[in-house]
Amino acid sequence: MASVRRCHVGTRKGLFTIARGASGWSVSRVSFLGDNCTLAVHDPRNDSLLATLNHGHFGVKLHRSHDGGATWAEIGAPMYPPMPEGYVPKMTFSGKPIDWTLRLIWALEPGGSDRPGVLWCGTMPGGLFKSEDGGHSWVLNRSLWDDPLREQWSGGGAEYPGLHSICVNPRDSDDIVIGVSTGGAWTTRDGGRSWRIGGNGMRAEYMPPELQYEPNAQDAHLVVQCATAPDTLWVQHHNGIFRSTDRAASWGEIADVHPSAFGFAVAVHPRDPDTAWFVPAVKDEKRYPADGRVVVNRTRDGGKTFETLANGLPQEHAYDLVYRHALDIDDSGEVLAFGSTTGSLWVSENAGDSWQTVSLNLPPIHCVRFERAG
Amino acid sequence: MPTLRFTDNIQRHVECPTREVEGARVREVLDAYFHTNTRARSYVLDDQGRLREHMSIFINGEQLRDRTHLTDPVPADGVVDVIQALSGG
Repeated sequence: MASVRRCHVGTRKGLFTIARGASGWSVSRVSFLGDNCTLAVHDPRNDSLLATLNHGHFGVKLHRSHDGGATWAEIGAPMYPPMPEGYVPKMTFSGKPIDWTLRLIWALEPGGSDRPGVLWCGTMPGGLFKSEDGGHSWVLNRSLWDDPLREQWSGGGAEYPGLHSICVNPRDSDDIVIGVSTGGAWTTRDGGRSWRIGGNGMRAEYMPPELQYEPNAQDAHLVVQCATAPDTLWVQHHNGIFRSTDRAASWGEIADVHPSAFGFAVAVHPRDPDTAWFVPAVKDEKRYPADGRVVVNRTRDGGKTFETLANGLPQEHAYDLVYRHALDIDDSGEVLAFGSTTGSLWVSENAGDSWQTVSLNLPPIHCVRFERAG
Repeated sequence: MPTLRFTDNIQRHVECPTREVEGARVREVLDAYFHTNTRARSYVLDDQGRLREHMSIFINGEQLRDRTHLTDPVPADGVVDVIQALSGG
């Protein structure tokens, strides 16, 4: 086996850490049991863990551990600045104002190996925050928030727009691509001082005809980059799968994907930009695995062809849906894990050829994140 | 001075013992309390200083009316309860 790093699984009822033992993967630690852990991330620069909790009544909180999850301390959560006097926020589809208040932390990423202490945080209702002190304090990125196009973002499956993807270029920490549902993909080349909407190519079939190719109207469910070839980005979109080989300057649609091009999650091989994995579901108004069979789709040729992988996965009356942050690949490119809304968790140690069941009884799973090399 | 009490459910996140604090309006009472218990503020109020969506406040058993500016008056011997707005079954 190529990797023995741990993996952290955020669920509706706590954070579960899984580790490889002699007989396979199993839960080795539970943190925040009973609390809604919406996201977890490992920061390889200082070997710390970050976890976000959504307490509902008490709001969204951020915690950090420096001992692998044995103990946690609450750190600062992003806060929106006071809404200007007289400002009238735009309304969502459902008629609710896009408020200046933190509703969910939906992305959390270290800011690059040459930027110790820098963290980026994406939120609902769509703000991007930056911390330069490891998460103790946060500042809203105003150039993005104040862009008039930002006010055109809308909620996808949720009431408010959500910034769910942050891809910091490993070669240049000022070069960042973000993904928004719905708001497409955006890029900065100067560390967030200025932003540009990504190029053409994504398509939203469900929009009115004149808006179907509008970059800012795209419901990108997740944007990921190849770690060693970051010009290649993959998007699992509400309407299908898209790929860019020029770092979001343009996008190409991947056609003829079976059993479905719909889904939320995508993972890309860290060294082979043409290899990516998806967890398909019946498209949008249904959202369950086709024929009740849980499968993973893998392409090794940039999306020209796909293999449908099912070895070890339930193939009868299985209705597991996999959310956007609930599929991950480790640094080796061989070990993958994904978890579902019905609390099933699987790991593969051979790039998806076969899968081991870690549990079928966890709480609904929001995210799955491997620890990274330093 | 008014007395400020917090729901038991908040205590496992941030300790909020009952205290007497100065203030003639709910905003003033909360500000006085959070001045010495800064972590508790974000558990009760949102980014804009409003009462969180699913929280509720009672003043001598009467539900708070102004959830945005928290201007409801508090008698000098009043009791202010900060609770979760539970609903459903």
